[in-house]
Order: sequence, then structure tokens, then C-alpha cells
Amino acid sequence: MKMRLSRAEYKEIVRWTDQLRPTRQCMKMLKERFPNHSQSTLLSIFSLEYQKRTKRTFSRHNAPDVIESHYQRYLSEAKAHPTAPVLLELANEVDLSPALMARIILDRFLQGLEGGMPSKTVLNSMLKEPSLIPDQILANNIYQCTINDCCYGPLVDCIKHAIGQEHEVLLCDKLKERNLSFLDENQLRVMGYDKTPDIILEVPIAVEGHIVHWIESKASFGDDHSHRTYLNEQFWSYWNRFGPGLVIYWYGFIGELDCQRDRGILLKDSFPTDIVTLCHAAQQDRLPQEPE
Amino acid sequence: MAALLESLLLQKVDIKTALDWLKNDEEGDRLAFSELGVTVHKQEFVPFLLNFLREQSSQALTHGPATPAKTPSRPRPAVQTQGFSDRRGCRSAGSGAGSRSASRVQLFSPASSVSPGSEWDAAGQSGSQSAFSSPSFPTGWSPASRPSGSERRSGQRISLGDYMVSPPDLHNSPNSQSQKGRRRSGGSTAVGGQGKHGGWRGGHHSDEIGRWESGGRRSGRGGGGGGGNSRISEQVSPPSVGQLNFNNLEDFPPVGSSPISPAASKPSRRINPTPVGAERPHSKPKTCFTSTPFSESSSPSLVVEALEGSTTVGSPLSLQEERELLKREKTKRAQQVGSPLPSSLDPCTPTKSGHRMGSKVTPDLQTPCPEPSKVTFSLELDLLAELYCTCISENLVPNIFLELFFVVQLLTSRSPHTHDDEQESLCAVNSEVLERCYLRQIHNCVYFAVKVLENQFQLVAHLDKCTLRLLAENERVVSFSPELRDHLTQAQDGSTAKLSPSVSTFIHSVPFQPATDNRSNFGSDKAFHTFKKQRDIFYEVLREWEDFHKEPGWNFDAALGSRIRGMMSQLTSAGNHSHFARLFLKQLVQMCKGPSVNSSPGDTPDADLLGMLGADSLGRLKRLEERLIQPHGVVGPCPPPSFPGHQEFFRGFLQTASCCQLNQHLQDSLCQQLLQLDEVSILSPPASIGEVEEEGDGDMEQQDEKQRFTSILLLARLLAKFLGLISFLPYQTSERPSREIQETALALRSKSVPLLDVCAVLSNSMKRRRTILTVPWLVEFLSMLDFIGPLLLCYRTALGKLLLLYRRMLLGRCGEVCYLNKLLIVSVLGWLFQIPVIPEDIFFTNEFTEVAKLEEDITSAAGLDCIPLVDQQLLYTCCPFLGEFRKLLAAFVSGSTAKSGGIIRKITPTSAELRDTPTADRSQQKLQVDLEQAFFHNQPPSLRRTVEFVAERVGSNAVKHMKATLVSELVERGEKMLRDGLKSPNSNPSKLNDSICAQLCVAGLEALAKATGFCSEKSPEAIRILLPDETSPAVLTTSENITKRLATEKACSWLSANITALIRREWKSRYDRVMKAVGSPVAPDSRDVEGAMLELVTQEKSTTPKRKQGSERVRSCPPHCNHSASLPSDIIIEMKELLSIAVGPRTDEELLSVSQLKTLLQRVGDTLACRKFSTVVSEQMLLNSTVLLACKLVSAELPVLSLSRCSGGDGVVVGPGSGSEPPVRVLLEQLAELWEGDCCSSAPLHLLFTPLTVTAVLQASDTEWNNYLFLVRKLVDRGVLSEEEVISHWKKLTNLTLPAELIENFQLQSQSIKPPLPLAELQSHMDMLQVSQQTVDGAT
Repeated sequence: MKMRLSRAEYKEIVRWTDQLRPTRQCMKMLKERFPNHSQSTLLSIFSLEYQKRTKRTFSRHNAPDVIESHYQRYLSEAKAHPTAPVLLELANEVDLSPALMARIILDRFLQGLEGGMPSKTVLNSMLKEPSLIPDQILANNIYQCTINDCCYGPLVDCIKHAIGQEHEVLLCDKLKERNLSFLDENQLRVMGYDKTPDIILEVPIAVEGHIVHWIESKASFGDDHSHRTYLNEQFWSYWNRFGPGLVIYWYGFIGELDCQRDRGILLKDSFPTDIVTLCHAAQQDRLPQEPE
Repeated sequence: MAALLESLLLQKVDIKTALDWLKNDEEGDRLAFSELGVTVHKQEFVPFLLNFLREQSSQALTHGPATPAKTPSRPRPAVQTQGFSDRRGCRSAGSGAGSRSASRVQLFSPASSVSPGSEWDAAGQSGSQSAFSSPSFPTGWSPASRPSGSERRSGQRISLGDYMVSPPDLHNSPNSQSQKGRRRSGGSTAVGGQGKHGGWRGGHHSDEIGRWESGGRRSGRGGGGGGGNSRISEQVSPPSVGQLNFNNLEDFPPVGSSPISPAASKPSRRINPTPVGAERPHSKPKTCFTSTPFSESSSPSLVVEALEGSTTVGSPLSLQEERELLKREKTKRAQQVGSPLPSSLDPCTPTKSGHRMGSKVTPDLQTPCPEPSKVTFSLELDLLAELYCTCISENLVPNIFLELFFVVQLLTSRSPHTHDDEQESLCAVNSEVLERCYLRQIHNCVYFAVKVLENQFQLVAHLDKCTLRLLAENERVVSFSPELRDHLTQAQDGSTAKLSPSVSTFIHSVPFQPATDNRSNFGSDKAFHTFKKQRDIFYEVLREWEDFHKEPGWNFDAALGSRIRGMMSQLTSAGNHSHFARLFLKQLVQMCKGPSVNSSPGDTPDADLLGMLGADSLGRLKRLEERLIQPHGVVGPCPPPSFPGHQEFFRGFLQTASCCQLNQHLQDSLCQQLLQLDEVSILSPPASIGEVEEEGDGDMEQQDEKQRFTSILLLARLLAKFLGLISFLPYQTSERPSREIQETALALRSKSVPLLDVCAVLSNSMKRRRTILTVPWLVEFLSMLDFIGPLLLCYRTALGKLLLLYRRMLLGRCGEVCYLNKLLIVSVLGWLFQIPVIPEDIFFTNEFTEVAKLEEDITSAAGLDCIPLVDQQLLYTCCPFLGEFRKLLAAFVSGSTAKSGGIIRKITPTSAELRDTPTADRSQQKLQVDLEQAFFHNQPPSLRRTVEFVAERVGSNAVKHMKATLVSELVERGEKMLRDGLKSPNSNPSKLNDSICAQLCVAGLEALAKATGFCSEKSPEAIRILLPDETSPAVLTTSENITKRLATEKACSWLSANITALIRREWKSRYDRVMKAVGSPVAPDSRDVEGAMLELVTQEKSTTPKRKQGSERVRSCPPHCNHSASLPSDIIIEMKELLSIAVGPRTDEELLSVSQLKTLLQRVGDTLACRKFSTVVSEQMLLNSTVLLACKLVSAELPVLSLSRCSGGDGVVVGPGSGSEPPVRVLLEQLAELWEGDCCSSAPLHLLFTPLTVTAVLQASDTEWNNYLFLVRKLVDRGVLSEEEVISHWKKLTNLTLPAELIENFQLQSQSIKPPLPLAELQSHMDMLQVSQQTVDGAT
């Protein structure tokens, strides 16, 4: 599957996702439209784009009067059609993430119930477990929204977390497979490092001719915005402390962003194959003789 | 002075007397000549001689951008046309006088700057007007803003030609006595002014300016087509008032800066004013034109130019004087020459200028080929050369390399002149000895230059290989002195210049070391986290600088200032200055310690390029030439202090930050580090030179010490420069302050004590013979002085001491100090004396040396000075300006090829690699070296030290071991072979000797393999013992291997270079001994030797145990788990999709079949079982989703396609399966089984009992209710849930939503069903529940 996209390819995908909603159905269309790209890549690109879209428009939806009108609409339509996916449709209609719509409406509902602002903990636990919501119809609607949203919501958060975790484990596996010794984030934190990449190699390697001291695993697509943010908040900081390193965007990245190689930041979309380790000739010669 | 020189030239005085006087220190400064009735001071004679030579050669030196000698650019009618007596006036009348005299004033005049007051006094008179005007100009002369150098140059050449012809009036000049008198009287000013031998200091930029001016002036002045006559006539023509004025304006635009007053008005002069210093047209003396250290802007130059152009510079008074002067001068000339030719106001004809243009393109056409046969005045030239060389040898000149540069310029002179005959006759006719044109003709120049080079051969021979080659291949050297050529060729072989090892540049950051950088090193969390940000901002700023600083219009302060200052204020509030100072210094050292790699384009080592290219392609050469002759190409041997490469960033940062706390921390730290470095002990080579074996080994250790010294010296220089920068930063001014300000500042500052006691450091160093380490860094420190600094007693004393030291460092005399050590000291000191802030007169007055005394102590201990520590590479690294010779010569070569049709031979590119390896391999090797460096980067520094130390020791031991074992063994065998061979009747001992020696040498090569084995064996042992036990296996193994490699490399490189010689030596002594004794022989077989070697080698290859990697930490997966289950995220995604289908909206096509669901659940189970990738969060979410799935299944919200129907093809039929075992129950069973497992103990089964679920079930049909009960039953059966739990859930449920009677019923039911809940009974309650469903509905 193609992971390292040219900016033009990337832009085409972005353009196409412009009107999509974060639903199962839309994702299916996206996959069918770009069969040559991995689903994860597509989903990641869409997710990043959708987050940008949401950031742009969220304030519009979060205005009190807008919330109120959404809520009233929900109430009346839910009354009319208790079993219909009222809230989900409303979210899609106003182009707001269903999960966020669910949060807004639930928040509003709880305000009506308790009079004051509901605590975040209560809100989050109800979103996670809608059966806690006293109103069953609302609970059903809320669940429908969170389960159908593929960009926001507790499930998506959990999936993202799981994906990140898994790739870190995979990365460690690959390193161990290669007999490369490293310190992971937790070990580094214990040692008092102020900024810690996922991996610091105890003995640096060279990947495609570039020295690598540390590896950061990113289970997402590397687009301009996220890469820039990561550079500023993480990668350069790592460079400033540990020297040059490698970033793996497991779901691919815009090829043009891989332009800091000579400066010490290398991008890959998978675990590298071209690895040169410090090999001392004598040691290498001996290796084959050593199995017993 | 003049009298002395004249007498010498006339051979009235024996040259030997003068030479002895120059050489002799004790006799003092003065020389009294009874015949002449004069007393001459050395301090006056030397500058006079230097000026004389500059003056003499001014015509010839038209080439080369940097003319530290007299500028040829300045038209100097006086030199040729008038006697000395007139020259002054003439010059001031002449065009270039302004600048020339300006610099003159600043050069040697004791009055000018020794005591500030007198300088200004002098300036008050017209003579040094420029001194006034100069400071008013800002410093940043940028040559770039001026017309390109080549244009100027060519124009200038012509303009010189214009003035070449001497008018016939020379004879008519006033009698010589009066001339001398006047000359002498003029001296005091002149010394000061002129002495600036060709503006050493001004550098070539000012020179450029001068040329440019002259070019412009030329047009105004006349030089018609070919004859000198027309030109002269112009000058000579009777002055009309208007014309005069016009000419004045035209010719002396910077009038204010043309200080030479009419002869009559300056009776105090003693030395003939020579235009040597003309390079500093506006007498902006003490500023750096190349890269002003403290001012970035280049705009001032524009301002100055504008002023020049408008001729409004200077005071009206001096303008008036100049006009007067010119008028007088012209009248005089008119009388003298009496030329009938009319003057023209605009004598520059178009044809002429066209000609000039042409000359620029092909300058060679005009340069006559110098021929030894055409040399005139050879006797006098010999004498001058001898005098001159003595001055150089005796360190009587302020900068020996400046003089050498001047000589090379003479050698490569390309003066365009065509009137040889006329000139010769003129020169010959000239009766005035000092007026003769000794160095007018190119033949003479080259002759003189070659003479000096021959005399100074020892010095020359220490230049780099490329320069020597260029010199040896110089056609002029070849034709004038084949012997010199031969010597130079030989010297090339001796020249040990190595290409600097490729500096690995990939690591730029200072590694984070927990030991110094983690939280415990900070006072508070806030400080720690603030510093975390500071570090990143610092690098961000650094990166931005790297990216943009070369872009036009980029301004450090504008681009980075606010961020840097913001950072400083944060640092202040967090009290983190010491941390940042450490980071800053470490980064500085990391990036700038080595010879600057990425310096500005002007500094690119283009000279090396010539060496590398091989000058086979003329086109390439031409391109090279263009680079070489650009204004930036040759900066001359005295560039102002600069901050090349990344140093510029650090300087900019400090200036922009201007944070006193940071500066104080830096100063403290720098000072401490410097004093520590200064104390570093360097081992001298073992004293026992007699022992052959020791000598060889000493070689290697000496190399190490040398390297260590180099590293320390370079570091100290860097630190000292920045300490100087910070120390004098508060006092920096862009221009020399006025006298009043100077005095006030002096009085103020003399009260406070500087942080670094320069004098103490220096005298301590001298006492202990460590000047080779101390002086170079002190020079760096002092080069940062502000204008007032040198006048403070402490620095004045230090400078005086340095001056005395310089005079004592005679290169030619054997002393305890090694030659190259001396050369380095002399070179850096010479440079220091030339930089702008150091008073110009420092060298020729006693002002500075008076306060300084060199302790004549006799410390018996030999210090560093006596160890040969400096090599050529270090010399060139510390004095990059020595590369200017190469540039000059290369420029000459590229210019002369066109003419001679390419005499340049192909130059073999030198290679840094020992062996020829394929490039791919080489890049791999480089990568390996980089990896090694990278490895150390994030390790504690002690690791590296340990590895390097062990490698060094083991390598050295390996060599010793080889000597003790292999070599002695070989010699033994050799002896046996020899004795055997001698037994045979027809033996020829000498043949036998040769063959045995050859065999032994071959066998000796095995030493490499043996040493490798030794290093491989010993290094890991030592490393293992020395590194902490806690070192991780990977780090340990890597350290061992690196040590092995380093040790092996060290041993092998020494052995491969020396083993043969060692064996030969050893064998020779053994052979001699045997032959003396001629004893009994035994026959060994040489093949045995080799065989033994082979065995040895194969033994080496035995393996050493390798450490096992740390065992893998295994998570608690089931036994034999191969972690092949689907990833949690994938499964969660699938479950989410399934649930979203369940919740809807959906299409029927999306529904799954039982078997699909079964498979999915199976995979969920697998994933849950394998813990490798799971986290608490994902596991919980997955379990959650299974329970929710169960809810959706029992409520039939997620219909399941039955197998049969699905396969039947219509697949639309939806609903609970029929029959005793409906498909849903299979799934429910599977779920119950899943939850039963260990991994699922935390499944949120309570979700099965939420009102939402129960309601949904109740809303569906009986089947659903039955299924629900079935599931609960299964769970109870399997022990997943206890009955109590079920009942309590139900209780809660009833509490919440079900009517009270139902609860009771449920409770009764549950109590009655003791062991398994009978399904039938539960079913009987269905009705009640169905009833309750309505209640539930109503309730919501």
C-alpha cells in the first residue's frame, strides 16, 4: 500500500474528503474512491482534516443560542420519532461531529436536569456509558452518535490510544529482532530526562546513511500541520538533546516533508530496512561461527 | 635615515657596519656615523627602509587586490617627477595624497597615537587632517558596494602608467643637502603617516577605495594616449585659477583627508613621506574593513562615497591649503619642465579609456616578461635586499609575513609599462641616489624578490606545500634563480601539510546528560521546566540563523532579537543563567572549536581547490581566477579579527541578548576554563633519544601529545576570543573616541581590575616557558580590545611584553624554542600588531615596551616552548591568513597562463585516504566513523575518555609488544640465517644481508596482524574493568569494539609506517654485531618464518565470547502465545463498526451472518488473551464492546442472518433464529464462554442489567426475553456471575424502573430457584415483564 504520498496526491484526497461526514458510510465511500491507499492512511488523513474542519467551525456550534436551538430541535423530533436516529441526523445536517453533538446536547440536557453546569467527569462517563443517562431515548441517541462517529468520541479516543500503543510495541519488537539495544520512554523518564522520545538507542544506527539516535513512532498520517506541530514540540526538542533521529509515521506522510534528513530528522512510513549498525569487522566475521 | 641609506647605496658606509648594527641588540638603538655626522635610530631607520621599498615599488605593484605594501593605485607623480624634497608638496598636490597621508599619520608617527593628544595636535595642522575626518565615518566599509575590483584595477593600472614618466626636472631639484634637511625635518610626521607600510592594517578594501578614486581621478587628469608628456604637461601646465580649483576638486575629493601640508609648513618631518599608507583614504584607520567586528552595516561606505564624490569632505581650511599647495606645485613644475604642451581640463580621451578597458581584459599583454638580463642596479638591489632581509630576520619589522607578502607581490608584479628605455635612461641619469628607480622595472622587482626569497628561504620553506609548489613552478623564479626553484621543489617533500581530517559535523547539539541536566540540578520545578523551553528556543534560534543569515537584508536583531531577549528575561526570572551559560559554551565549543568549516563564502578555501582540481582545464582555471581576484579573494596577510562560521551566531546572540547576568556567568566560566587550559600539562618526549627503540615509540606518544596540545590550543583560542568579546563589549565604539573621552575613560577604567590578569598570565607563562600555549590565546583575547583598552596600563604592559617577546623570537637563531613554535608566536603577534584597535605606532616607539620588562630569569625546567608541538596544520589553522600567499600566487598563475600558453602542470590531487578504497566503501567507512561519534554523543563524557584512553594505551602497548616479541624474534631468525649463509663457501655477506633484511621486512608485515590480535584481546578486558558494572551490555560491547578498532588503528598505522624501518635498524645493528664476531651459523628456513607467522595470524582469529543481550521481558500471555492475534485497535474498530450497525442507521447488506460473528468473537477472544499489545484502556473498551454486543443481540437490535438463509441467497430475512438452538444462542453461549476466561474478569456485565437493555429486550418478542434469560442462566452456570449478583442487579433494576410487585415477584422467584434457575419458571414471568414494559414506557 502506498504510504508516502506526494503533496499532490495528498491534496487530492483532502479535496475529496471535504464534504464527507465522519460516518461509517462515508468512510466506505472514501475507501472505494481511493483503493490504492491503505484504509488506515485514508482514515487518518480524513480524521486530521476533519479535526481541522471542526476546529474551524466548532465555535459556531458552541454558541449558546445555537446549542439551544439544536436542543429544542432534538426534543421535538425525538418526541415525534422516539426510535429514529434524530440526533445523528441533526449532527450530519449541520455538519458537526456526531460525538460532539452528543456531548453538547447531553451537556444541555444535564443542565436542564440539575440546573447547574454538569461536571466533566459525569459528562464523560455518561458519554462512555450512555446507560447511565436517565433519559432512555436520549441515551439511545447519544450512543448512536458516539458509536457512529469515526473521528471523535470515547471509542475513537480509545482506538487511537490503542493504535499508538501497539505501534510502540511493534517498534520495540522490530528493534529487538534486530538486536538493537534501546531505552524506552518510561526508562528515560525515570532517569530524569525532560523530553523523551519513544525510543533512544543506546548505540546509534544509520538509516539510509543518516545517523539515528532516537525513534519516535507516530500512528497517524504526517500532514503539514501535524508535522509542523510535532517538529516544534517534539522532534527538534529531541534533536536538541539527543542529536539526529528517526520519525516513523506508520500511516504515511507527505513525501515532501522529509526534507530535514541532513539536519537530523528522518521520516519513514515503516520500520527501516536499510540499517547500518556499528559493525566491527572482526565481530562480523565471527558472528556466523557463534551460534553455539 | 635617508642619509644612512644613501651612504650605503653609495657605498660610503660599509654595509656590514649597518647589518651588524641592525643585528646587534646590545649596541643599542643608535648608530653614529662619524663621516656623515648623523645619528640614526633603528626605530626610525627600519620604517624608513620599509617605506622606501614600498615607495620604490609602487609602480610595479599593480596587481593583487590586497596590497599591504604601497598601493600602486595612487598616482604618484611626485615619485617620478620630483625630487624628494618636492615630493611632499607634490603629493599633496597629487591626487591620492589625502588617503595616503592619512594613513601615514596613523602609522608610525609617535605623536599620532602614542599620546592621544599629540595626534590631534598634528591633525590640527593640515598634515593629518584626515585624522579628524576619519573617525567621523562609520566603520562598515563594504567593498561590495563599490565597483568591482577588476574594473578598478585595470583602470588603475593605466593611471599608473600615466604617471610613470619622470619629468626631466629631476636635475633641477634643489641641492641634495637641502633636500635631506627637509626630508628629515618632515620625518616626524611622515614616519607616522607613511609608515603604515602600505596599509597593512587598512587591508585591501581601503586599497580598493584608493584605486577606485584614482580611477575616477584619472579621467580628470589627463593621461593622454601614450606619452608621458601629455600627462606631465597637464600637471605642469601653468595654473590658471579656475583650472587649479577645478583640479583640486577633481583630484583631491577627500580634501579633508589629504593631510600633507606644504613642505614649508611642516618643518618637523624627518622621513620622506611615502605613500605607503595610502590605502586608508579616509584614515578610518582603526576600523576593520573586511568584517568589522562590531558593526554590521555596510551603508556607511555609501555615505563616504557620496561624500567623496561631492568633494565636500574635510574642513574648508585644509581645502584652502591644498589649493594653495597645488598652485605652488604646479607653478614649480611648470618652471621645471617647461613643457609646451597645453593642459587640458579633461584630458581623458575616449580612445584612452577604451584602451584601458582592453587592458583589463588582457592584462598580460602589457606586462613585459621579466628577464634577468634586463636587471639594473643589481648591486644596489643586492644591498637593499640584504638590509631588508636583516630587518626581517631580526624581527625589526612589525610583521614578517606582511613583508613576505610584499615580496611575493613584487615577484608576481604585473605592472604594465611600455617605456622601458625612456625610464631606464631617466633612472640612470638621475643623480640622486635615493631617487633612482630601483624597483620601477619589473625585472628589478623580480630580481629583488627572488633575492629576498632566497635569503629568507627557511621561512618560506615552512609555508604549505601548495604555496611552495606554486612558487617553484613560478616562471619568474625559474628564470631568475633555478637554485631557488630546486630548493623549493625539495622543500615541498619536506612539507608535511596534511589535509585536515574530515570533521564530522552531523552532531550539533549538546547532549542532555541526566547527571547535570535533570530535575535534581534545578532549584525548582519551575526553573527546570523553564529551562526545558529555553533549550528549545536556543536551538530554534540557532536553526533559524543557519537558514536565513546569509539572505540579503536579514538582520540578526530584527529577526531573532525579541525571542532572544524574551528568553533572557525568562532566564532571569527562573535564575537559570548558569545552566544556560553552560549550554551556550558547550554549544559554542561543539560548533566552533575546529577550523571553521562552513564559513562565509569569502573564506572558502579556494586555494586548496587549485591543488585539488589539478589545473588541467583552462576554463576551470579562469573561473577559479575570477574567484581568486574578487575583492574578497585575497584579503592580505592581516585580516581584522573576525567571527567565521558559527562564531558569528554566538557573537550575534551575545550582542543581541545583552544580558549582564549571562555575560557575567559566561565570563566566570570562560576565565576559569581558560586558566585551567593554560595550566594543562603536556608531556615532553622521552629524553632518552639515544635508544632507538624508545625513539620510535616516543614518536607515537609525541603525536598524541601534539594532538592534545592542538586541541587545547584551539579551544583556548576560541574561549579567549569570546572572553575578550564579552569583556570589552561594554566599551566598544564604532570609531575611535575623541581625546577627551579617551582620557576620561582611561582615568575611570584604570581604577577597576579586569577579570583576567593578562600581565600575570603572560609573565607566568614566560617564566615557565609556556608561551606557545599562552600567547596564541592571549592574542585572541587582546584582538577584541576596544579603542581605549590598549592604553590602560594592564593591557599596555601586556602588549609591551608581547612586543619584547616578538623581538626576541628570532626565527633564524637556534634557541630553545622550536622553529614552528616560534613561527606561530611570531605570526600571531605580527597579526595582532596590525589589527585596527592596536595603536599603530606600538612597534616603533618605546611607549609600550617601557612599561614592560621581560624577566630574564633562567628557569632550568624546559617548558612547552621547547617541545615541538606546532605543526604546519596548526600554524595554518591559527593563522589562516598564511593561505594568502597561495591565493596570490594562484592568481598570478591563472593570469599568466593565457600568455604563456598554459605552463601549469597537472597537479596530482592529494588524497587524505591512505589506501584507495572504492567510494562506496569509503562512504560506509565514513558512516561507521560517524556512528561511533554518534554513539558517544548521548553517553556520559567519561565513557569516551575511557575508551580513548584505553585505546591509546592498548595501541601503544601493542607496538611495544611487537617490538619485544616479533621484532626481536625476527632478528634472531635473521641472525641464524646469516650464520647459515656465511657457512657456505661462496657467501657474500652484503648480498646475504640484503636478502635477509628483505625477508625479515616481509615477515615483519605480519606485525600488523599480530598487533590487531593483541588489541582485540586486550581492549575488551580493560574496558570491561574500567566501565561501571551497570553499563548495559549493548553499550559495553560497542565500547569494547570501538576501543578495539581505535587501538588497532593506532598500532597498525604506526607499525605500517615504521615496522620496516624498525626491523632494518634492528637488523642492521645485529648484522654488524654478527659480522664483527663472525661466529658459527645455523640454518633456518625462511619459509619457516612465514609459516610461523601464518600460524600466529590464524590464531589471532579465535573468537572471543560475546555478551548476551539482555533477556526479553515477557508479558503474561498464555503459554505458546505467538502474539499473532489481531491488534486490539483493529478488533475495537471492527466491534465499533458492528455496534454502529446494531445501533443504526444501517442497510440490511451490512448485517453479518452467525458464522461471521462467531469468527469475530473468536478473534476478540484471541486478542484479549494475548497481552502483548493490550493496555488497560483498550482491554476495557474491548470487553465493554462485547457486553454491548450481547445486549444488542439479546434485544435483537442487531439481527443475525441465519446460516441457511444467508447461504440461500436472499439474505434479507431477519430475525431470531427458529428451532431449539437459534443462532443467537450460539453466539450468546460463545460470549459467556469468553467472559468466563481469565482475561475477562473485568467485563462490565452490569450493562446487561441496565434499564436500557432490559427495556430493549422487553420491547422485543418472547424469543428475545428467552434468549436474555438463557444468557443470564449461562453466566450463572459458568460461574461468571453469582446468583446474588444477578439478583442484586435485578433489584437495582426493579428499584429504578419496575413496579414494586414485580420486584417482589422477582425476588421470590430468584429465591425459589435455588440451584439453576428453571427456564420454564422464568418464562412464566414473561407476562409480568411484558406488562411492566408498558410501565417503563410510561415512566420515560
